[in-house]
Amino acid sequence: MNNRYPELNKVATQIRKDIIEMISAAGSGHPGGSLSAADILTVLYFEKMNIDPENLELRDRDKFVLSKGHAAPALYAALARRGYFSPDELVKLRQIGSMLQGHPDMKGIPGVEMSTGSLGQGFSSSIGMALASKLDKKNSRIYVLLGDGEINEGLVWEAAMAAAHYKLDNLTAILDFNGLQIDGKNEDVMNIKPIDEKWKSFGWNVIEIDGHNFEEIINGFNEAEGTKEKPTMVIAKTIKGKGVSFMENEASWHGVAPKDEEKERALEELGGAR
Amino acid sequence: MTTKIATRETYGETLVELGKNDENIVVLDADLSKSTKTHSFSKEFPNRFFNMGIAEQNLMGTAAGLAASDKIPFASTFAVFASGRAFEIIRNSICYPKLNVKVCATHAGITVGEDGASHQAIEDIAIMRSLPNMVVLNPADAVSTKALLKEIVEYEGPVYVRLGRAKVPVIYDDDVKITIGKGMEVKGGNDITIIATGIMVNEALKARKELLKEGITARVIDIHTIKPIDKEIIIKAGRETKGIVTVEEHSILGGLGSAVAEVLAENHPTLLKRVGINDTFGESGKPDELMKKYGLTAENIIAKAKEILD
Repeated sequence: MNNRYPELNKVATQIRKDIIEMISAAGSGHPGGSLSAADILTVLYFEKMNIDPENLELRDRDKFVLSKGHAAPALYAALARRGYFSPDELVKLRQIGSMLQGHPDMKGIPGVEMSTGSLGQGFSSSIGMALASKLDKKNSRIYVLLGDGEINEGLVWEAAMAAAHYKLDNLTAILDFNGLQIDGKNEDVMNIKPIDEKWKSFGWNVIEIDGHNFEEIINGFNEAEGTKEKPTMVIAKTIKGKGVSFMENEASWHGVAPKDEEKERALEELGGAR
Repeated sequence: MTTKIATRETYGETLVELGKNDENIVVLDADLSKSTKTHSFSKEFPNRFFNMGIAEQNLMGTAAGLAASDKIPFASTFAVFASGRAFEIIRNSICYPKLNVKVCATHAGITVGEDGASHQAIEDIAIMRSLPNMVVLNPADAVSTKALLKEIVEYEGPVYVRLGRAKVPVIYDDDVKITIGKGMEVKGGNDITIIATGIMVNEALKARKELLKEGITARVIDIHTIKPIDKEIIIKAGRETKGIVTVEEHSILGGLGSAVAEVLAENHPTLLKRVGINDTFGESGKPDELMKKYGLTAENIIAKAKEILD
């Protein structure tokens, strides 16, 4: 047992509270897929990645790309809590004139490495980033988070083929596998199984983990880092809406903001207001 | 006898030259490097060349990621795939974050020839100029292609360069000064103005010669930068001549003709006639046969000029 886990747990809970507050204040957004990614983002920003909020241009910094850009609230909360900008900005999400656009905007938000939101595109950009990192002989690793619905996109498979072709072992992709997309269960909308075999057959190293277990997430990332000549896909089994009982495993919470009373209940479950 | 060179040939040669001077230049292609001529760069700088396979969406997305990492990516494929299939990646991953990707699309227009309508991009200018942050270039010949390619390395931001398959006459001298955003008055004249872009500048010059025989002096302007367009040179032509004929190897909808009409309508309403592809697809044939059949000729330019003057 790593003595960092209680601390990481505190951060993840904070991020979840932020997500609820932000989406509620905005009156729109995507709580389900933001909550399912909270623990993964916590590990990346507070444990794993070599980053420095004081030096955005750090040469060998690791880079994270949120290919499932609709989970922007989770990313913004992680960045704010890590010190990239003031947490006071968070409740301005999606408001006119706000820095925090509905989907990540690299030009306006400190710490956002790539503008994303149109599914599949962040993953494709991460291929270019990994190629550049190799060209420049940098130690920088590229992390990219995809949604399970997102892998319906043809572009994802173009990019998957290229990553293996160019042996991008500095690339770790993570699949936020919560099993649900907007219109319902993956298997009802568009079956994506067998996921592991698909990625393996595309030439990827595949690791399967529990996306809410810090030890498994960290071990998965470490194994990915030690894998040579191949990119790694970490399939993280997650629960959509994780941490808020009435949102868990409910596709209907994909893209709906909680009403005031629902917000209060959600925050209570997460241990009280932030 | 005038020298004839395809603008894609010049692109391939210039890339190698640019690559020698700037280590940050990388080139991406989608399994068409022998046709787009990026293969010369791939031979010279194999480590900085990335063949992305027949996957134009990922071609553009990968280029975006390289640009986000301070590289200067030149991404090439045929114009129909660059502007069509990869459009939304160019929109969201390149233009929205204003990343420094140079989309150099070859085989634009009807002079693709024998491959037919499926491969003839006649709407790429319209599509690309609708994107915020995008600069759209359409050079007329080898000399202007080379000059503009050198300029875009210095410019930071997305650029779409429209290049052709067919050999076209060299119309400029080597020492000509060409600047992004500045239209070129190729020949003076005060009766009528012919505003052309790309390989049609040559047809405009032919038309000018014929009109001169009848005592009509036509000003010929090369708009190699469709966006940002040189408003001044267009308004001046509107003021000083009796009307304007626009000429493009592109649909008359949304391209040069539309861009010029927008400038004139808002600043100095002037009678304008458009020569271009009349809202129809092309077909297989030899480039010169197609130019003739679809009205991309000096004769058609002359006819439109006379419609204005009569």
